[in-house]
Amino acid sequence: MDNFPFALQEHSSLSNAGFDNMTASTWRKIGIITLVHLGFVAFWWVGVIVTDVPAYILPTPWQALQTLQVENFNWWLHFNTTAQEVFGGYILAVIVGVAFAVLFSWFRTANLILMPLLVTLNMIPKVAMAPLFIVWLRFGIETNIVITFTICFFPILLNTDRGMKEVEPDLLDLVRSLHGSRWQIFAKIQLPGALPYIFSGMKVATVLAVAGAIVGEFIQSDRGLGWFMLVTQEALNTDAMVMALLLVTLIGVLLYGAVLLLERIFVVQDARVE
Amino acid sequence: MAKPFISLKNVRKVYRTKEVEFEALSDVTMEVGNGELVCLVGPSGCGKSTLLRVLAGLHPHDGGEVVIGNSEVPFNPRKDIGMVFQQPLLLKWRRVVENVLLPAEILGLPRKEARERAMYLLNMVGLSGFEDQYPYQLSGGMQQRAAIARALIHDPKLILMDEPFGALDALTREKMNLELLDIWQKSQKTILFVTHGIQEAVFLGTHVAVMSPSPARLADYFAIDLPHPRGLDIKTHENFGAYTRRIYKLLGM
Repeated sequence: MDNFPFALQEHSSLSNAGFDNMTASTWRKIGIITLVHLGFVAFWWVGVIVTDVPAYILPTPWQALQTLQVENFNWWLHFNTTAQEVFGGYILAVIVGVAFAVLFSWFRTANLILMPLLVTLNMIPKVAMAPLFIVWLRFGIETNIVITFTICFFPILLNTDRGMKEVEPDLLDLVRSLHGSRWQIFAKIQLPGALPYIFSGMKVATVLAVAGAIVGEFIQSDRGLGWFMLVTQEALNTDAMVMALLLVTLIGVLLYGAVLLLERIFVVQDARVE
Repeated sequence: MAKPFISLKNVRKVYRTKEVEFEALSDVTMEVGNGELVCLVGPSGCGKSTLLRVLAGLHPHDGGEVVIGNSEVPFNPRKDIGMVFQQPLLLKWRRVVENVLLPAEILGLPRKEARERAMYLLNMVGLSGFEDQYPYQLSGGMQQRAAIARALIHDPKLILMDEPFGALDALTREKMNLELLDIWQKSQKTILFVTHGIQEAVFLGTHVAVMSPSPARLADYFAIDLPHPRGLDIKTHENFGAYTRRIYKLLGM
């Protein structure tokens, strides 16, 4: 078998080149991302100064940042509240969404009966449900967690459900020829195979989570960054509003970053759904 | 022939949908001896893959008799089948060695021994040093070698291969044919090998089963009387040409 060493060499050098490129391009990517963000802030800053827009229309980034020093604004309380709503509703949606999809893959009748209904329910604008939730539930942070949950639940459920179905039929035959159990198929093939889809749904849901929490606060709340924006709007504290918006965005970025990190840990590069 | 390892008598398989009945196998009778490498050739839709699936116990047959194993070489349908498909079907999230170990995990074989055997098999198929790579880091041919190692991990007595090299380029395919012969000789397994390639069938097989479509049946079944071990030069052997001509004729070409 003298053809083996030839094949080995050829491919080991290929895959090494792939690795080097990957790390180099990762650093390049990070550099570009940082530059683009700094560029955006600079554009905003310069734009405000050049056009001489009054601060109550659009403050400079620096003016917005300075509002963090105002103690009356209770930044930490509001940041903390919104973060709890976002993360609480989101994590709940991941757990329940994945659990439902798993149940659906185990009980086909449940899938058959409930899936069409869920697809229809998904069409309801979840934001429009918020006033109802306030009628049904009590005033407070929990209601906003429920609103966030409702809005995040569907993309996670639908993506996971799709992932559970993406199993090569031949692979199933392979396991069945060994008389593998249904549990083995699920634990060794179906669930790990669905993981990239779960993460794909989770990424979509991050954006929705932040929106859900803020809408909830707009409608009912006495704290949180969304509520704070409404209050500062009345006083035309545009700089504080912009700062609140930046902090909301920060929560979203933190959530998205955490999901990307988990994906990096749990999903092999090649299997990721971009 | 001594006691056959596989004995098929008038095997029939029908797929039914609501309105249509499709006869995937109409009447197949053949015997395969232990340690033989039988190539099933024929056009698409002639029931080659169906026959493999019936043998694997994946589809029940609708008529006739399927017997695998004999008193000397007993056959356990739970443990004695290894399968290789056209696609390697490696699990993307598992390293190569973990992929090879999948059947051992399903059968609950002792971990340590299975791992040692996996390393031995990876060495045999020329993948030592690649055990900790992920499938995407391997070429198509290397992935298929890993799939062959996976089919051998639980030491099955029967290997069913459904066009295993059909997705590879011609050159890699030739190499894999040579390697398969080598693996077959080392492991002494009975192999059923489905292919579209007539030359491939004659080159690999101790026997060739030619199948024809509508109705799907066995058109001919004969031994390939060419010496082993075989190298590429066997293709210039005069009998090689005679065998390929015989198959072409049977398929109406």
